Order: sequence, then C-alpha cells, then structure tokens
Amino acid sequence: MTAPTSRPLSPHLSIWKWGPHMLVSILHRVTGSALTLAGLALLTWWLLAIASGAPAYEQFVAAITYEVLNIPIGIVVLIGLTWAFWQHSFSGLRHLFLDMGAGYELKTNRFFAVMTIVAALFATALTWFLLMGVNR
Amino acid sequence: MSAGKSATPLGKVRGLGPAGHGGGHWIEERFTSVVLILLSLWLVFSLMMLPTFDRETLVEWLRAPAAAVPMALFVVAVFAHALDGMKVVVDDYVHAEGNRIATQYVLKMAAIAGASLCLFALAKIAFGAVAA
Repeated sequence: MTAPTSRPLSPHLSIWKWGPHMLVSILHRVTGSALTLAGLALLTWWLLAIASGAPAYEQFVAAITYEVLNIPIGIVVLIGLTWAFWQHSFSGLRHLFLDMGAGYELKTNRFFAVMTIVAALFATALTWFLLMGVNR
Repeated sequence: MSAGKSATPLGKVRGLGPAGHGGGHWIEERFTSVVLILLSLWLVFSLMMLPTFDRETLVEWLRAPAAAVPMALFVVAVFAHALDGMKVVVDDYVHAEGNRIATQYVLKMAAIAGASLCLFALAKIAFGAVAA
C-alpha cells in the first residue's frame, strides 16, 4: 500500500477546525474501547469472584478500594468507566438517529453532539450520588 | 436477468446484483446496541436497587431467575457488541493484512473466553453451587 506522493491527498485530521461533533465521534471510539478492555475485564473478574467464594470476593473488593496516596484507584477507574458507559450510550443513541438520516442540519447536529457530553456528565454524577446511598 | 448457457463467466455474474448481506456486520452491531440499551439500563437500575454490595446480597440477587437470565443475556450481548466495535477499530487502524487478521483472531478468542467465564460464573451462582 504505497501511495504515489505526486498525487494530492485528501485533507486529514490536522487541517480541520475542531467541533463538538468531531469530539463526540472520537469519544465514541475511545469510550467503547475502554469499556471493552477495562470494563469487560472487571465485569468478568467481579462475576468470577462472586462465584468463587468469600475470600475471592474480599480480594476483589480490596483491589478496587486499594489506595495510592489516599486515592482509591479502583474507584476512580469505576467512575471513569461509568462516564464512559453514559457517554457511549448517549452518543450511540445519537448514532442510531443519524443512521436513520435524521439530525444532519448543522445546528441540530451540533446541539445533540453537545447534549451527549452534558447528559453523560450529569448521568455519571447522578449514578454515583445514588450509589453512595446504596453503600451507606 | 437471463444469462444463457453460452454466456461467459463474467456475463453470468454481471447484473445479478448484491447478495444482500454486505451490510450484515453493520446491522448486527446496531442490533446488539439496541438490545444493550434495554439490558444495560436494567443492570444499572438493578444495582441501584440493591441495599448493599456485599457478596451475600449479590449471590441472593443473581440466584433469582429474574436477575440471572437478563444478566446472562447482558453478558452475551455486551461481548458480542464489544467484538463488533473492536473489529471496526482494528479494521481502521491495523493496515497490514497479516497483523489485522491475527488481531481479529485474538479479539474473537478473548471475547468468547470472557463471555464463557461470565456465563460459567452466573450458572454456578444461579444453580446454587455457591455458598451465600
């Protein structure tokens, strides 16, 4: 795959002015990949730990709440994955509408791109607010 | 479109149209995403309804068919959707054909292994082979 250098190339990433729709597009990939690599690994570990018995589950909880410089790293990762989940869900929902051919008008497209970011941050905060209530 | 006995191989193929499943992977990815809207919302709300996250509570919750079955469906859908998505990412960024095929193989094996481990754990809990 060697491209003849004498021919013009189509403009690539660096030439475009960044907009919310571009950010949301790449965030969809980044969050999807993070949910796959970290999220599914944690889901598998969690279910296996529950099935394996009390010592295994204690080990899982200890790993999640392990503190480095007074910061529980696992909890930070879980909050990050919660945000990734909501961001991927909202931008995924947006993609389903785009797939139907709706929402390509410039202002509409921009509005819903921004809304996925706002909604994901709000939903993440709400999720953890409610989760704190669970483990009181 | 008729391609008679005397038609050349090219003539036989030309104009027969698409097989109709070129968009199969794309459609499948959308299907699992729609399924996951339902199942992931179920999971989030179920976790919020639990009084605590200690092991006894989780075992009791996952033992009930009303939780074990949707959780098993979630596991299948989420690993399928993750594999669908990662395939597209790999197709876009891994250009050398050998590397691309090898990466796809590894991802597919990891997805099947992960889903199997989760389903095994769920079955063990649901069928009561686990002390609460």
